[in-house]
Amino acid sequence: MKNIIEVKNLSFSYKKSKVLENINLNIKQDDFMAIIGPNGGGKSTLLKLILGLLKPKTGEVNSSIDKNCIGYVPQNTNLNINFPITSLEVVLMGHIGGKRPLFGYSNEEINCAKNSLEKVGMLDFAQTKIGNLSGGQRQRVFIARALCANPKIMLLDEPTASIDVKGQAEVYELLKQLNKTMCIVVVSHDISVLLNYAKNVAHVNRNLVYHTLENMKNNIQKDDEHLCEVELLAALGNSHSCGCPNEH
Amino acid sequence: MLEALQYEFIQNALLSGILISIAAGVIGSLVIVNRITFLAGGIAHSSYGGIGIAIYLGIPVLFGATVFSIIVAIIIAMLTLNDKKRIDSIIGIMWATGMAIGIVFVDLTPGYNVDLMSYLFGSIIAVPTSDIWYMFALDIGIIALVTFFYREFLTISYDPQFAQLRGINIKFFYTLLLVLAALTVVAAIKVVGLILVIALLTIPTYIAEIFSNRLSKMMILSALFATCFTIIGLSISYMYDISSGASIILVAVTSLILIKAVKK
Repeated sequence: MKNIIEVKNLSFSYKKSKVLENINLNIKQDDFMAIIGPNGGGKSTLLKLILGLLKPKTGEVNSSIDKNCIGYVPQNTNLNINFPITSLEVVLMGHIGGKRPLFGYSNEEINCAKNSLEKVGMLDFAQTKIGNLSGGQRQRVFIARALCANPKIMLLDEPTASIDVKGQAEVYELLKQLNKTMCIVVVSHDISVLLNYAKNVAHVNRNLVYHTLENMKNNIQKDDEHLCEVELLAALGNSHSCGCPNEH
Repeated sequence: MLEALQYEFIQNALLSGILISIAAGVIGSLVIVNRITFLAGGIAHSSYGGIGIAIYLGIPVLFGATVFSIIVAIIIAMLTLNDKKRIDSIIGIMWATGMAIGIVFVDLTPGYNVDLMSYLFGSIIAVPTSDIWYMFALDIGIIALVTFFYREFLTISYDPQFAQLRGINIKFFYTLLLVLAALTVVAAIKVVGLILVIALLTIPTYIAEIFSNRLSKMMILSALFATCFTIIGLSISYMYDISSGASIILVAVTSLILIKAVKK
C-alpha cells in the first residue's frame, strides 16, 4: 500500500522549547492511525506540521496528494458557539478555495454540502444554528465540512473531547465507515475507545519519538493472530514511560 | 412633525441616518462576530487626530478623519496580527494617542472656533450634501465587497485556522475589515459622534444576533434595526430639542432592554 504522507527526520520547536525531535512517520492510504501521547507532547503540533499550518525547523513532510485533498477537523469545535451560522454554511466552507460563482453559493456546492451532511447523518439539521447542536452533532458537521474537499486523508484533532459517551461512539462509528474510502488520522486522549477502531498507533511524547504499532503488531502476531487492547497498552508502556500506572 | 420633512436639513439628516445605518448594520455584524468592538472603538476615538489635523490645515474634516483613521486601522491590523495578546494595550495606546494629536492640533489652530462638541456627540442636522454622497459611496462599496467576499469574511470570522489552511489571505481580509470599520466609523461621526459611534455598531447587531441563524440575516436585520432607531431617535431629538446622537442611542438601548425582557 502506498504512503500518502511521509514525515522524515522532522524537528520543531516553539521559541526555545523543543516540541518534536527527529520524527519519522509513514501514513498509508487505508490507514486508521491514532496519535496518542501526554498533554504538551506535541500531538497537535505534529498534526499542524502535516497540514502545513506550521513549517518544520528541520526535516520534511512529503505528501503524495494535493494539499486540498487533506480533510481537517479542528480540535475545538465549541469555539464561537453564538456565531450566527447554520450547519449547512459551515459545511459550505469546505468548498472555499475552489471554483466559485460571483455571489453566494452555486447549486453544485449546495448539493455537495447537503450530500456531505447526509453522509454524517445531519441533513435534518442543515438549517440549524451551529450553537444549538450537541457536541457530537457539531463534530459530525465539521467532519461533513472536511468531506466536501473529497479528501483522501482526514485528520482529526481530539474529535471526542468534550462530547458525551454516546456522541463519542457515534463519531468513531462514522470514522470507521469513512475509513473504507479514505485514510483517517486521529489525535486523541481516550486510548481505550480509540484502540477499538484504530489500525495503528503512534505515540508522541515531548522531546522525542513516534511509535507505530505496526512493527510491534507484526512481532506479536507471529505467536498469536489476535492482538488485544491490553497487549497494545502494555506494548506502549514498555517502550515508553508515559506515566500510566495501570499498564502492567 | 411631518411638516419638518420639507426642510432640506431634515431630509439630509434622515437620509444620512438611513445610509449610515446600512453601513453600521453590515460592518457592525462583522465587528461583533469577530469580537473586535473595542478595536473599532479605538479607531473611532483616534480618528479625532485626523479631525484636529484637518482643522489645523484647513482641509475638509471628513477627508482628514478618513485618511487618518485608515492609517490607524492599518497600523492596528499589523500590530494585532503579529501579537494578538497585546491587542488591548495597542487599542488603548492608539485611542489616547489619536485623541491627544487631535487636541494639540486644535489648540494650535489660530482663531479656533470650531464646535468640537459636534464631532464628539454628532450633529446630524448639519450634514452637508457632500457627506451624504460619501455615505452613499461607502454603502455601495461595503455592500459590494461584503457580498463578493462573503464566504471569505464568514470563514475568517468563524474559523480563522481553517481559512488559513485553505489559503485564504487572513491578513488581507482582516485589514480590509478594519479599514471598512474605520470608514464606517468616520462616516458615522456626523450622525452620532465619535463617542457614541460604537453603540450604533453594536446595539442593533446585538439585537439582530438574537434572531439570526446566519451572518447575512444578521447584517440585514441590524441595518433595519439601526434604521428604525435612527429615525425614531431623530424624531425625538427634533421634538424635544436634544442631541441626536444621544437620542438615537437611548432609543436603541431601550429597545434592546425590552427585547431581552420579552425574549427571556
